[in-house]
Amino acid sequence: MGKEKITGCEALMRSLVNEGVDTVFGYPGGSIMPVFDAMYDYRDVFRGVLVRHEQGAVHAAQGYARSSGKVGLCIVTSGPGATNTLTGISDAMLDSTPVVVIAGQVPSAVLGTDAFQEIDFVGITQPITKWSYQIRRAEDVAWAVARAFYIAGTGRPGPVVLDFTKDAQVALTDFEPVRVDSVRSYIPYPTPSQSAIEEAAKLINGSKRPFMLVGQGVELGEAHKELVEFIEKADIPVARTLMGLSALPSDHPLCVGMLGMHGNYGPNVNTNECDLLIAVGMRFSDRVTGNVRTYAKQAKVVHIDIDHAEINKNVAVDVPIVGDCKEVLPMLTALVERASHKEWIESFRQLNAIEHEKVIEKALNPGEGPLLMGEVVRKVSEATGNSAILVTDVGQNQMMSARYFKFTKPHSILTSGGLGTMGYGLPAAIGAKIAMPERTVCIFAGDGGLQMNIQEFGTIMEQGVAVKIILLNNNYLGNVRQWQELFFNHRYSWTPMLNPDYSLVAKGYGIASRLVTERAELDDAIKEMIETPGAFLLHVAVKEEANVMPMTPPGASVNEMIFE
Amino acid sequence: MEKKLYTIIVYTENIAGMLNQVTAEFTRRMMNIDTITASSSSVEGVHRYTISLWGEEDSVHKVTKRIAKKVDVLKADYYTDNEIFFQEVALYKLSTPKVLADSYISRMIRHSTARVIEVNDNYTVVEMTGQTDAIVELYNEFVARDCILQFVKSGRVAVPRASQEKLSDLLFDEDYKRKAVK
Repeated sequence: MGKEKITGCEALMRSLVNEGVDTVFGYPGGSIMPVFDAMYDYRDVFRGVLVRHEQGAVHAAQGYARSSGKVGLCIVTSGPGATNTLTGISDAMLDSTPVVVIAGQVPSAVLGTDAFQEIDFVGITQPITKWSYQIRRAEDVAWAVARAFYIAGTGRPGPVVLDFTKDAQVALTDFEPVRVDSVRSYIPYPTPSQSAIEEAAKLINGSKRPFMLVGQGVELGEAHKELVEFIEKADIPVARTLMGLSALPSDHPLCVGMLGMHGNYGPNVNTNECDLLIAVGMRFSDRVTGNVRTYAKQAKVVHIDIDHAEINKNVAVDVPIVGDCKEVLPMLTALVERASHKEWIESFRQLNAIEHEKVIEKALNPGEGPLLMGEVVRKVSEATGNSAILVTDVGQNQMMSARYFKFTKPHSILTSGGLGTMGYGLPAAIGAKIAMPERTVCIFAGDGGLQMNIQEFGTIMEQGVAVKIILLNNNYLGNVRQWQELFFNHRYSWTPMLNPDYSLVAKGYGIASRLVTERAELDDAIKEMIETPGAFLLHVAVKEEANVMPMTPPGASVNEMIFE
Repeated sequence: MEKKLYTIIVYTENIAGMLNQVTAEFTRRMMNIDTITASSSSVEGVHRYTISLWGEEDSVHKVTKRIAKKVDVLKADYYTDNEIFFQEVALYKLSTPKVLADSYISRMIRHSTARVIEVNDNYTVVEMTGQTDAIVELYNEFVARDCILQFVKSGRVAVPRASQEKLSDLLFDEDYKRKAVK
């Protein structure tokens, strides 16, 4: 019949088109050159984003995925190109982010011979991916790509690796588009148990002090509306994890704040006061639970999660519901009675008022002295109408922006929650802005984390990515310094940092910038940043030795937060 | 919590790298596998791993769930010794001159469930299928008689006591398949 034969690379291009890919983050190299050659003919189909380091490619793909809900894609070469993606892949695994990483590999004939730029990429990535597969035959490309996107994006999302040998890239094959919509050994959407839902509804209806914990699962499951309908009917106060901050608008009357080591006082204290804990799409991370032996022992626990392995992992659960929250929440809403928990909700307000007086008021309106991170974050948030995408780096900047940024729209918090990857922020912000060009993207970073992937200024320059970078510079690795102050007797070992002239660095990349050292300039500088059409670096000199408070000290119970 | 001997039975797709994926979950927790047997199962294209190890139930439970969650793992369950039938195979290579010189040795073999599968002038190979204790006991007796040249013991194979669904039924169960699609 003389069907047209195409190369493995061309099969890859057609498979990517088939998956609806519009953007590729990547970096070429020897073992992946045929693929980049094929992409030359697809310049009008895919936006090619040449990053400056492969770690940046994965974080950018993560930012793209988390802000848009689509699967992010990066393509890199073998050996060092592949190993440079490991941090990003691990980050995506811990934070359930759907990304596909395609790496070149040496020709299959020399696999295992320590060939130039050969590493066992499948072996290395198996523990940090949902699926890792080596494509050794051109005829497997269509199937492998379809399976990769299906696995990455369904159920609890996560990273997938395709290791593509060079001979398979150039070999000829027939091509038929493949659609994968099931894998017999994989159950992405378990059917929730009706009896468990009835049991949970009974507990909710009998509860006097119910408390709901919401994580990123609600965002991944697109269950924002279902969440609001449930909590408004049952009148249940809700706290969000760091990863789930934009699952519920910050100003929703039932939103009582953020969980965690640097979360709000009300939700942390009341975790050990409630009689029923309803956790949805969250995994009881140790940053949330504090000392797990004293965590919510008085309460019954209902845990709704799509991942069976999360149930009873860290916290013993009375009623597990394994399923997709978008399906489970309406089933619960149908069974719960309309209720009112006025006094109970008021108790959160009273506790949060203590935090407001002891911490928040001083953080937002210090009046005099050096600028503080909190006031900068809140002002930037307000300048965007609280509608921007917040991207954070890791450390004090992360905790302060999570605490003081406000959210009105879903998919608006991009942060490295599980792995805590310094250097995540800048490339993730690039990916988010490319995915969601109509939204304002603000990235808050410290002087430490910004420099971990500062080479991505080059990507911003080349691609014209209009991200708003707010550098909260305290000349320290601030979070470690805070711990040294509190728990290591003020011994500031390896934390003071001599910084470059960031305006010169930014200028070198054609990025507009402004240094703010005085409170009086702040509003004007933020206005300039927002009004500048392209990328902008707002460099704020903040108080050098300031601490993120309140805080649950390591090993302490969730209700034992300290204020200073 | 008390440490017990557990047997984990895992069914996976028969693809390269699966064993690595399964054992990585033990490595991560520095849990030491006692025995492992890998082979094809009764279903074509499906591999079966029988893994035994000493551990606390909580960690064995968690590690089993993590294994079950892997995309190409069809099923993983854990059992105590009371919940399974299990056997191991051992081969003992004995010195034929010593066996001939010491009639107690051949009497020992006859009184056990072991059988002789090869005899020549130099050595005699004895095979025994049974449980670990009996296999090790016979080994110790051979050692005491100073006749052993080589000894090897397999990992266990096991079937659960409870009547449970057959894997082939599970794979073609319509409800099971439905869950794959949102």
